[in-house]
Amino acid sequence: MSDIKTIISNVCPSVTFEESDGLLINVPEKDWHAFAIHLKDDKELDFDVLTAVVGMDWKDSIGVIYYLTSTSHDWNVIAVKVVCEDRENAYIHTVSDLWKVANFQEREVYDMFGIKFINHPDMRRFFLRNDWVGHPLRKDYDANPELNPIRLDDEINEDDSRIFTLDDNGKVVETPTKVFNEDDYVVNIGPQHPSTHGVMRFRTSLDGEVIKKVDITSGYIHRGIEKLTEGLTYPQILHFTDRMDYMSAHQNRHCLCMCIEKALGVEVPRRAQVIRTMMDELMRISSHLLAFGCTAMDMGATTAFFYGFRERELVLDIFEKTCGARMSMNYNVIGGVIADLHPDFVKDVKHLIEIMPSRLKEYHKLFTGNLIAKNRMKGIGILSKENAVNYAVTGPSGRGSNWSCDCRKKHPYAVYDEVEFDEVLETGCDSYSRYLVRMKEIEQSCRILEQLVDKIPEGDIRAQVPKIIKLPAGRWYQQVEASRGTFGVYIESTGEKTPFRVHFQSPCFNLVGVMDLCCTGFMIADLITIGAALDFVIPDIDR
Amino acid sequence: MFNFGNWTSAFNELLLGFMPEWGAVLLECVLIGVLVLLAYTVLALFYILYERKLCAWFQCRLGPMRVGKWGLLQVFADMFKILIKELICLKGTDRFLFKLAPYIIITSSVTMLACLPWGNGLQIIDWNIGIFFILAVSSVGVLGILLAGWSSNNKYTLIGAMRSGAQMISYELSLGLSLITICVFAGTMNITELVNAQNNAWFIFSGHIPAIIAFIIYVIAATAETNRGPFDLPEAEHELTAGYHTEYSGIHFGFFYLAEYLNLFIVSGIASLMFLGGWMPLHIPGWEGFNEVMNCIPSIVWFLAKAFFISFVIIWFKWTFPRVRIDQMLSFEWKYLMPFSLVNLVLMTVCVALGWHF
Repeated sequence: MSDIKTIISNVCPSVTFEESDGLLINVPEKDWHAFAIHLKDDKELDFDVLTAVVGMDWKDSIGVIYYLTSTSHDWNVIAVKVVCEDRENAYIHTVSDLWKVANFQEREVYDMFGIKFINHPDMRRFFLRNDWVGHPLRKDYDANPELNPIRLDDEINEDDSRIFTLDDNGKVVETPTKVFNEDDYVVNIGPQHPSTHGVMRFRTSLDGEVIKKVDITSGYIHRGIEKLTEGLTYPQILHFTDRMDYMSAHQNRHCLCMCIEKALGVEVPRRAQVIRTMMDELMRISSHLLAFGCTAMDMGATTAFFYGFRERELVLDIFEKTCGARMSMNYNVIGGVIADLHPDFVKDVKHLIEIMPSRLKEYHKLFTGNLIAKNRMKGIGILSKENAVNYAVTGPSGRGSNWSCDCRKKHPYAVYDEVEFDEVLETGCDSYSRYLVRMKEIEQSCRILEQLVDKIPEGDIRAQVPKIIKLPAGRWYQQVEASRGTFGVYIESTGEKTPFRVHFQSPCFNLVGVMDLCCTGFMIADLITIGAALDFVIPDIDR
Repeated sequence: MFNFGNWTSAFNELLLGFMPEWGAVLLECVLIGVLVLLAYTVLALFYILYERKLCAWFQCRLGPMRVGKWGLLQVFADMFKILIKELICLKGTDRFLFKLAPYIIITSSVTMLACLPWGNGLQIIDWNIGIFFILAVSSVGVLGILLAGWSSNNKYTLIGAMRSGAQMISYELSLGLSLITICVFAGTMNITELVNAQNNAWFIFSGHIPAIIAFIIYVIAATAETNRGPFDLPEAEHELTAGYHTEYSGIHFGFFYLAEYLNLFIVSGIASLMFLGGWMPLHIPGWEGFNEVMNCIPSIVWFLAKAFFISFVIIWFKWTFPRVRIDQMLSFEWKYLMPFSLVNLVLMTVCVALGWHF
């Protein structure tokens, strides 16, 4: 770590360092963009993945914390803190030219904090309407309902965008731009549409049936989870995680629990660790089965959809017996899990592992091997490895582009370092590869379950934690491998029993960011299959 | 074998007994019209249940089970629901064309239904250009789809209609060519003569290789003609919500729905007429006893059974295959299916000219 400090000090002398759950670098705004170029391009640093962009309002100042990962240097994670000079007219130079993933991330920060990103190509709000008054995550936000009544009229200026630039005197200048050209044939797909997998809206400009551009309008089910968490205690915020990516409910909650446990310094009992690992893998199987079904469904193969759901039912039954719910399980708690395993758990899991291989064979026979299915997926929605890294597309979609990005291997947690499993990689970079990765990951998850199912240790299911949980002042960042990619939780605490700021870095947010890139040049029917193969879940985007 | 023509001519004699000839013809026309519409409705209801049950069994489900024994009354409930729904006509639609479109589709489909050889002597329209007429009428249906898509004033319906137009016009070529192949073999286009020519052996047996190829091409093209999976792009619900009939409601939508199912029956009926002998029972030359037993089964049962069997195959396609993409579908037709059917037509002509058939 010290050598990174020396390298960075040489590159940019104006930075200062802080140690808080890893290295945090303070950079003045005026040096940030030049420093970011060094971070990305210098061989000794090589921070090629922008993991998270966290907007922050510290009451007296406002700014952004960037989490960066270096894939070549042992998946080293650093944080960079950039504080705006002027709170009321806050601006930061964009890094969306370096890390493309920052495009949407910075739009979210602009939406929630009102920080203008200089030279950002498309500075619109991301979740809220264009006519929303105020920026909700600022601490001085006025939540008066009269300011933002429920508006029943259409957004007339949805095509208007803007670019902020700095003039010679250091003043922010706004240049209006348009999202689509005047004569573009724009077809609106969503928010109410059978195959956007939720309330997602794609405004698609077409040339015949060929897609020219996809503009994503999000926020139709934005619930303001990050805002809500600021008024609730730590045990109370846990249940939000099940409601973001409901297909990774266990993993998301596992992540938040781990982050809080890390801050508290709680040691989780081994039995709870094993149970959590098994639940995560069961969740992954269930999620990938749903992804298989939906991919098939979106191509019109309805029968394959039912076959996928038939097996998913077994997983949901296991959840129901142990957790008491099939969808929002609310199973992990701070320090362990909420209830012990159901007596049938081992038997049911063994049954699942036993039948899964033959069922997978059936899927391949019915759908994967089908010529039409292959023609619909092969060579469609190309996402090169460079772009996957640059857009931080993790999970099965990233691994379909041959990017080894499995958090379970890179930063092992729970008991993942004790089990044997392969990180599935495919080199096709297309929808078919992403689909295949999912199918093979089901096999790997079964393999993990097989190793653990007979070795669940006896003992406590929960560590002793204080009745009232207060995190010490500081900031923590924790990642897990959710079903769709790397899920991250950022917590900043001032020592109160409610968090000062919680940020969820959801994988689907990045997945939807590559829709434009993947779809351009393909046909309108491919938009649906590309979306299905990327497999995003909308509530995970609209937190 | 029983000839239904005896009944109809007896009825005609009866009518002529107490009314002038024009009156008898008028009354017969009205009666036949009512019967055709009745058959249309009953078959549509049957097909909806047939497909729902088959699809359920393919998907490890039970299908409709609540209304009536084994869900038999479900279709009546569905039809009743569709009849009492409001007919919505949105602002900005071309009202006249919008309301006209479903009727064009249903008219074309009813007319085709009337051409089918239902049984021995049970034939409504029977003239020397029978098959040609069916092909001509079937192309009118696409006009209704194009009108529906255009008049709805909606981008989805427009794309759906354009796809449908491209698809139906393309696949009509293969469909027509495969039927012409059989006409070449039979030497006639008259439906009664076509059926009678299959007295000794169905065309698919007597025409051997070219007939079997023509049959396969016909089934593929017919699947595309009826807009069914894997060629259900015009209404690809995952891309275009419901394609050309997105904006329709109530019985207007019901007409599209009924026509779709009836077209399935009609293409199956034509397949059974052209390849599987129409209403002609299975006859094996020389096996007199066997042929007599086969003749005991009424001809209408033969026809329906063959049609339902081919429908089963087409339904099986739909619930197994994913949907193809528009460019893949068109290149499949123009690059493979159509050249292949042309070659097959030549092959059949050579076979007929040299007498290489049974």
